[in-house]
Amino acid sequence: MTFEFLVGQIFNGVSYGALLFLLAGGLSLIFGMMRIVNMTHGSYYLLGGYVALTVMWRGGPFLLAIVIAALAIALIGIGEWNAFLKRLSGQELGQVLTTMGFALIFQDLALVLWGGDPQTIKLPAFLSGSWVIRESFFPVYRVFIVGVAAAVALVLWLVLEKTRLGAMMRATVDDPEMARGVGINVFRISMGVFALGAMLASVAGVVAGGFVGVYPGADFEILPFAFVVVIVGGMGSLKGALVGSLLVGLLDNFGKALFPELSYFTLFAPMAAILAVRPTGLFGRA
Amino acid sequence: MDRLVRRAPRAAAVVVAVLLLGLPPFQSSFTLSLLTQALVWAMLAMSLDILLGYTGLASLGHAAYLALGAYSVGILATRHGANFWVTLAVGVALAVLGAAIFGLVALRATGVYFLMITLALGMVVWGLAHRWVSMTSGDNGIAGVPRPRGLPWALTGALPFYYFVLAAFVLAFLVLWTVVHSPFGKTLVGIRESESRMRTLGYNVWLHKYIGFVIAGAGGGFAGVFWAYYNGFVSPADAELATSVEILLMVALGGRGTLFGPALGAFVIVLLKNLVSVYTHRWLLILGAVYIGTIVYAPEGIVGLLRDRLKARGRAPLRPAPSP
Repeated sequence: MTFEFLVGQIFNGVSYGALLFLLAGGLSLIFGMMRIVNMTHGSYYLLGGYVALTVMWRGGPFLLAIVIAALAIALIGIGEWNAFLKRLSGQELGQVLTTMGFALIFQDLALVLWGGDPQTIKLPAFLSGSWVIRESFFPVYRVFIVGVAAAVALVLWLVLEKTRLGAMMRATVDDPEMARGVGINVFRISMGVFALGAMLASVAGVVAGGFVGVYPGADFEILPFAFVVVIVGGMGSLKGALVGSLLVGLLDNFGKALFPELSYFTLFAPMAAILAVRPTGLFGRA
Repeated sequence: MDRLVRRAPRAAAVVVAVLLLGLPPFQSSFTLSLLTQALVWAMLAMSLDILLGYTGLASLGHAAYLALGAYSVGILATRHGANFWVTLAVGVALAVLGAAIFGLVALRATGVYFLMITLALGMVVWGLAHRWVSMTSGDNGIAGVPRPRGLPWALTGALPFYYFVLAAFVLAFLVLWTVVHSPFGKTLVGIRESESRMRTLGYNVWLHKYIGFVIAGAGGGFAGVFWAYYNGFVSPADAELATSVEILLMVALGGRGTLFGPALGAFVIVLLKNLVSVYTHRWLLILGAVYIGTIVYAPEGIVGLLRDRLKARGRAPLRPAPSP
């Protein structure tokens, strides 16, 4: 195992972890606040990528595509939550099946609207190419992803820990009943968090479109990873989502490089082991 | 009125038994194949019902046991020429072993956490099916699984094979029926209703759940064995998350905690899936709508709807006419 190999794998693992954080950060907040098992989260990721593609096919720049995808998917999330999910609080089975229903519908609609061929989001010039540092290649785009994830993590942390809105959100996670009792509009905060989660998932989808592409099936391919990040990190914990994403990103990369035959096993088995010791995840509270 | 409610399932069971036994000889091989497939999925749904319906634990990893059973057949029957009894024994044993290990981890949690942990455990099995290429052939799957060997009958045609799977279904139904109507099964229901009460009464709640978990896994593996023989093909799709959710849907659609309901749910989904896909490519849209519709219109499933209907009819004369 050379030093270059190690650096390369760590970098790939961290950048994949950054992508997972974008996807799972919102999912974790949704879990923590509403206990909703959201099977549609992967669809937001997929649809985000497709909406961005459409914007770019019409000549829109990459950054505008991200913004439009984020807004469009946030609206879809708000619609889904308002129409169905808000009535299903506490019914895990109902939530799983309803969101799965939406996931299948979105999957099929995406197939109708965008066809079955894999697509790639064309990167703008300033994000293409690689930096070479001492014989190690660092694609600019992956550095950009890490930057975006870090910025999102920082903003989320600042909002959650330093603002009045964040305090209200944390109160809702800790004890929705008491939060309602002291006059917090739990309903509106929950909707906002759901929209935020959908939005971040769509951003992850656009960003991923730049290096793994946008293709049918991507939704259910990435969904288990997002879930694993959330479970391992602990539901509702931002810190947990961050640590979980990096852990899953690194385990996934090293597993694939070192034990290709057992790579998913080396990813999911340690997760199960962590859960055996701490059923609420690394940073979760029961 | 209660007599009506109590008698209805018995009458329905007789009708179903007559239909399942008597109709197939007059059916096309396409219909026979659909019925056989439905029987296999009914076994899966019934085994999950032990957990979801009777113990109140929603598992998102039931496809894992299906895959353990199916891959046992796929690997042993194609590469080692194993006969039916060997594949059945290994398939069920592996599923029991898997459930025994997974149960230790999963049963530390409840509610959403249980859902998520069973999901992660299901992904362990999917990951092995997908990546352990030298053992499982990875994404290509294992094709060419022969019909069961080592039995007194050849089972070559669609009809003998149908009766073979029907026999397995009846066996599975009787075993699970005995389990849920035993004192053990009643204890599971007690745990579903109130875990703390059962604990106070001195029951070993964990052990009961654990045994229930393993029984469900064993049932899944048993069904998986027949799935491999039916399909002639085993692939990572058998272990997918979407498969696990589909089994959950069958249980919920039919009516959890009724054993008969999940079997009915499996029949509805399998028939719907195969018949609708003949007419339209937009099958997933319809399946998605079925998911949402089940929760919105029939949260207690088809059996729950029928039960309410029967009860309402039985009660109607006792009630005064509604004032306008």
